[in-house]
Amino acid sequence: MNDPGTRSGGGAEGMEPLHSHFASREQQREATTLGMWLFLATEILFFGALFLAYAYVRWSFPAVVQQASRHLELVMGTINTGVLLTSSFAMAVGVLFAEQGRHRAAAKALAATALMGVAFLMIKGSEYAAVIHEGFLPGFTANLEPVSRPGGGYAGLLSEGGGPVPGQEELFFWLYFVMTGIHAIHVAIGVGMLTLLAWWMRKPHPASRASLNTVRNAGLYWHFVDLVWVFLFPLLYLAGHRFQP
Amino acid sequence: MNALPATRREPPEEANYLSAHTLRSWLLTTDHKRIGLLFLFGIIGYFLIGTAAAALVRLDLVTPQGDLLSAEMYNRMFTLHGVVMVWFFLIPSIPSVLGNFVLPLMIGARDVAFPRLNLLSWYLFMIGGGVTLYAILAGGVDTGWTFYTPYSTTYANPQVVTMVAGIFINGFSSILTGLNFIITTHKLRAPGLTWFRLPLFVWTLYATALILVLATPVLAMLLLLVAVERFWGIGVFDPAQGGDPILFQHLFWFYSHPAVYIMILPGMGVVSELVTCFARKRLFGYPFVAGASVAIAVLGFLVWGHHMFVSGQSIYSGFVFSLLSYMVAIPSAIKVFNWTATLYKGSISFETPMLYAIGFIGLFTAGGLTGLMLAATAVDVHVSDTYFVVAHFHYIMVGGMVLAFMGGLHYWWPKITGRMYPDLAGRLAAVVTFIGFNLTFFPQFVMGYLGMPRRYHSYPEEFQFYHILSTAGASILGVGYLLPVVYFLWSLKRGKRAPANPWDARGLEWTVASPPPTHNFHDIPEGIRPPYDYPTPATPPFTSPS
Repeated sequence: MNDPGTRSGGGAEGMEPLHSHFASREQQREATTLGMWLFLATEILFFGALFLAYAYVRWSFPAVVQQASRHLELVMGTINTGVLLTSSFAMAVGVLFAEQGRHRAAAKALAATALMGVAFLMIKGSEYAAVIHEGFLPGFTANLEPVSRPGGGYAGLLSEGGGPVPGQEELFFWLYFVMTGIHAIHVAIGVGMLTLLAWWMRKPHPASRASLNTVRNAGLYWHFVDLVWVFLFPLLYLAGHRFQP
Repeated sequence: MNALPATRREPPEEANYLSAHTLRSWLLTTDHKRIGLLFLFGIIGYFLIGTAAAALVRLDLVTPQGDLLSAEMYNRMFTLHGVVMVWFFLIPSIPSVLGNFVLPLMIGARDVAFPRLNLLSWYLFMIGGGVTLYAILAGGVDTGWTFYTPYSTTYANPQVVTMVAGIFINGFSSILTGLNFIITTHKLRAPGLTWFRLPLFVWTLYATALILVLATPVLAMLLLLVAVERFWGIGVFDPAQGGDPILFQHLFWFYSHPAVYIMILPGMGVVSELVTCFARKRLFGYPFVAGASVAIAVLGFLVWGHHMFVSGQSIYSGFVFSLLSYMVAIPSAIKVFNWTATLYKGSISFETPMLYAIGFIGLFTAGGLTGLMLAATAVDVHVSDTYFVVAHFHYIMVGGMVLAFMGGLHYWWPKITGRMYPDLAGRLAAVVTFIGFNLTFFPQFVMGYLGMPRRYHSYPEEFQFYHILSTAGASILGVGYLLPVVYFLWSLKRGKRAPANPWDARGLEWTVASPPPTHNFHDIPEGIRPPYDYPTPATPPFTSPS
């Protein structure tokens, strides 16, 4: 019986192993690429729920959000934005090198991308430490003791003075930690993936090397994670700052 | 044997996807057919658990004061029933079992696009289910399957987090299955199999997969936020800190209303297959039925607010959601009318799958029409959170989806196992199921309209008559579920060997042997014929009755 799994061949770019249920490498490539795009669509919906929660908080308490936003580390956030955007550039360069068949250069570019991802996470971590140190971890004091809430439950609802109820500021920081935290998890996954890919790119034998298509799909993911940050940064860090000409 | 020359070996068509018998060959399989069967074992297990919970609930409701269970236990039981049936039976039932098995066969492919993700989907499903069951054993959850805040985040017992984690994990199973189906349908169709030559089951699976992929991430994030809020003691759904519990409801129903269509669309696809096969006729208005599937999936994303008419949302959004909900009736009705028109002047035979299909059409229509009543804001205020609602969605989920699942399972059973089941027993089970179902749920329409609220452990004595009817019906329904278990198991050993095409049906899945070979098709099929290419009986020319 003709086992379709052993078929060989393929174009200049495709030395990836052909899985037996695909008729051709082209079909396999198109399927995995479309799969990655669809996965990114699910990711948009995943983050979408968070953006809706943000919209609710921002819409309900605009003054509180602006005030709380000024307590975030704008400088660190800006540097981080630069780091992540630059990493996306390195990623794009890596894909370009892979397309040209310069595997060692591609491996270096992917490693550089991963390194910048690590730098992002480290800056993010020290930023968290700073925010927590200032006492803005929701539900906790600066000494990390739980905030006691006398009355508990719905006590906050009863104070209808119009001024910001303390909890609303916490709500902003809660969103900050949850949104950037889930984003950071995505960055960490991307770093792991890119490190593996950079390793595989260095393999001398084409069959065990990461295929161009895999690199491209990893690139799609990385750019997506970058893009999420492009939205998170202004929503969280710049909400309290007004451009003054 | 080794002495024989290679050419004298057994012919290769003897080997099929069931040939390997080791545990490893099942647990590490990437064959979509085997994964479909793995899902079948999984959902049968969860179905038994969900049914047991429902049985306890129904038995408890026989007396007005609820003698069998304590009030707390009652709350846990209906929560268990809802959670297990929705996420671990209904949602994976037709897509992950029948869809997994049939989809690649129907489109002339050797497997789904990502077989390893497909296996991962099953593992996530089982792990998610295991975590959920652990939450039940560790103390149970009494929030109802909806996990409304602030009850779930502030007051309910801490197993909420465990159960939410189980459903979160299971959500990725849904996403992976949906992703696989969409890419498979786009990229792995046999040459010449254009979109409008696809069987309608493929269309509905595609529409279902769209919902799985686009709605489930929202649920995942929502459950994550509930768990975080629970751990942290602060969150965006807590009104004490300025959060909004209604935001939870919006996000929950943004997933869960489309999820209702996950629980009916694949059933519609199965019924389209059954009706054409056993009426021996082309499907009437194929492009409209296909388009209606996608229309239902799209409109399904725009109607979530009709679950919140009494939540205090603005009356203007209530008005818009009401209007949009009415619009869902259009594609749904298109389907019902087209199935009926397909039956018209067909050569109908009443094999078991057809009985289930006809039951589906009737019960789905009843469920859909009562859905229209509920979409009217004024009526909804009157019957909100009553047994009327319970009866309505059980007509869709059980009368619709379970019947379609049973019909599809009977239809493809010969293909799956290579054995025929006794048709007479099958017909009996279908009729018993239909009777039991109606006896269970029709009285619930009446008592709901009269004011019996849902989720109540005890009730005024005037409703006892209806509750007894309902419980009696549930026991008949139980027999209807048990019968197929018996004769399906019997058929595995004793059933007649099934030919490749026992129903003389159309479609690529019937061109391969029963059970199919591991790689489905030795050669990718060519020369695809139009769908449902049944010999249409010559229609006499229309003569006016003058």
